[in-house]
Amino acid sequence: MRELFRLMRETALLMVGQPDYQAYLDHMVRHHPGRRPMSRVAFFRDRENTRYGGKGGGRCC
Amino acid sequence: MQGGITKHIPWMALAVVGFVALFVIAVSRGEPISALWIVAASVSCFLVAYRYYALYIGRHVMRLDPARPTPAVYRADGLDYVPTDRRVLFGHHFAAIAGAGPLVGPVLAAQMGYLPGTMWIIFGVVLAGAVQDFMVLFISMRRDGRSLGELVRMEMGAVAGTIALIGTFIIMVIILAVLALIVVRALADSPWGMFTVAATVPLAMLMGVYTRWIRPGRIGEVSLLGFVGLILAIIYGQTIAASPVWGPLFTFTPVQLCWILVGYGAVASILPVWLLLAPRDYLSTFLKIGAIAALAIGIVIMAPPLQMPALTQYIHGGGPVWSGALFPFLFITIACGAVSGFHALIASGTTPKLIATEADAPLIGYGGMLMEAFVAIMALIGASILDPGLYFAMNSPAALTGGTPQVAAAAVTAMGFPIAPEVLVQTAKEVGEASIISRTGGAPTLAVAMAEIFSHVVGGPAMKAFWYHFAILFEALFILTAVDAGTRAGRFMLQDLIGLAVPSFRSTESFLPGLIATGLCVAAWGFFLYQGVTDPLGGVNTLWPVFGISNQMLAAIALMLGTVVLFRMKQDRHAWVTVVPTIWLLICTVSAGTLKLVSSDPAVSFVAHALKFSDAASRGDVLAPAVSMAEMERIIFNDWVDAGLCVLFLAVVLSLLVFTIRTIIEARRAAAPTAHEVFPQAVPAE
Repeated sequence: MRELFRLMRETALLMVGQPDYQAYLDHMVRHHPGRRPMSRVAFFRDRENTRYGGKGGGRCC
Repeated sequence: MQGGITKHIPWMALAVVGFVALFVIAVSRGEPISALWIVAASVSCFLVAYRYYALYIGRHVMRLDPARPTPAVYRADGLDYVPTDRRVLFGHHFAAIAGAGPLVGPVLAAQMGYLPGTMWIIFGVVLAGAVQDFMVLFISMRRDGRSLGELVRMEMGAVAGTIALIGTFIIMVIILAVLALIVVRALADSPWGMFTVAATVPLAMLMGVYTRWIRPGRIGEVSLLGFVGLILAIIYGQTIAASPVWGPLFTFTPVQLCWILVGYGAVASILPVWLLLAPRDYLSTFLKIGAIAALAIGIVIMAPPLQMPALTQYIHGGGPVWSGALFPFLFITIACGAVSGFHALIASGTTPKLIATEADAPLIGYGGMLMEAFVAIMALIGASILDPGLYFAMNSPAALTGGTPQVAAAAVTAMGFPIAPEVLVQTAKEVGEASIISRTGGAPTLAVAMAEIFSHVVGGPAMKAFWYHFAILFEALFILTAVDAGTRAGRFMLQDLIGLAVPSFRSTESFLPGLIATGLCVAAWGFFLYQGVTDPLGGVNTLWPVFGISNQMLAAIALMLGTVVLFRMKQDRHAWVTVVPTIWLLICTVSAGTLKLVSSDPAVSFVAHALKFSDAASRGDVLAPAVSMAEMERIIFNDWVDAGLCVLFLAVVLSLLVFTIRTIIEARRAAAPTAHEVFPQAVPAE
């Protein structure tokens, strides 16, 4: 049940262009331990800008 | 095969169910059949196709290799490239491809009865649409997640890439215009609908402020608040519409709405994204997914009988909703639900950068499109459960229905779909509108059907008006989001294209090029929107086929790319998988495009129509529906513009066909595979 809820939440967020923040943190820890990861809010803004500000405005008719 | 024959038994049973259901749909005449037959037929066909055809394509045609790292793995950055759970990614991909297209196309196609549309959606998606999405996803996934234009450039050369980009931009313009037109048709003279949609603008701004300063990044919370706001807007919309002061303030003519939308599109696409676009995207995305799920549940619970006949006399042409005979025009009218070129842009957009392993590609690419086709099936069911008389009264142009219940009922009855004027008045009253006659564009028809289905499950007849406006809001909301996101995307495409000639134009940071590109983009779709709005035939009649042709041509381009890649991979003997749908789409779109130019029927051909009106104008006659010489001139001008567009589309697709054939010949001569796949080790990890 918990798992289902987590999946649904993750799906809903990705639908509006927000990937999993935890996955980003894990990635930073694993691959760039020296670099400071973006905060949750900075991450949110960054993804928001990528989805709508750049060329990623992909959605269909 | 491991496991022997036993593991195939359930699938065989499913195939039998599908076959029986298809048989029932195809042969029953007269007695109304239950909509569940269509649901059963499509679901079982889709599942069997997924289990066997998608697997076959993945295993033998593409030779997917689960061990091969995908861009999400070898380029992982936690941002754009993230290996994602396939269920999550399926939702993401589906939300990106599902839009107004699969809802509207089938509703319009219902004028020929439910049978042709059902068959085309089922067979079209299995053999063409899903193959296209899957193929483009595969190609992009093997090439760093690059976009369609770049992929065409890589595999077919720079010139072909540029032609594809230009074609894509024009298609984008047409899509925006036709989507905006649907909103105009749905909201014109409907203060209730207009108020609820207008209310989403300040509502989204409040949400934007909330996510910006009050509780940054809390999408769940803010969407819930927004949803409550939406429901309140629908409820109070009724009061507003009935108010003698507010009602008229929210009542607009189509032309006024056209200007409002053009202004809105321009402003919305240059506002900061967090203020309007992003928060409204939350609302529209979640509402879209929720409404689609609710519709599926509602149809299954209600199991409504299909009122529309299986076939109508309009399969031979002459229909009031759109012109032309079944072949080729049905196949371009149901664009998105069966095969949609636009998906090629999504399948080469964010999805290939998120896919965790090649083994997930069939589910995302093929499966996602099957789901979209199911949405189209539901829309077709929606249109077909309505009284055909009501359907034709709503979807025939005002020139035919006269806009009054008496004239409309008489005209529709004369078509062979008897209906009493009282029924039209009563239906309008039930859904809380002044009139439902000639509400063309598909959205209002679907909204009436959704109101029928939802009120059957929740609330009964008293809730019909609420559900009708809920459905209108749901459609208008995601169309508007598509309009401003599309204007933005179109702006960047245009900057890229102009940048080919004037490099400084490409900078997305500087203000002036952005403003100019936005202005050009809005002007372009605004032009076609205005043309559609002022079109005496209702606009949808003219613009939807142009949209359909363009969308299917983009699909043909994507499938030609797929064919080229298969030949380059030396998979010649499997190339029929993309060659067959490519040929079918080329036949449909080229013949539709040509008929739009050379048919002698002015209802079908832009050129014949222009000549007919020029002829009359030179004699000093004013032909209905024009009322002045100036209007005559405008109609003629618009006809020539539309004809020019058809020529342009034909030129784009035929020139790419030449590039395709040339590349295939080259690839066949080469001794080894020549596909330009990007290998993980060639790319430095982030």
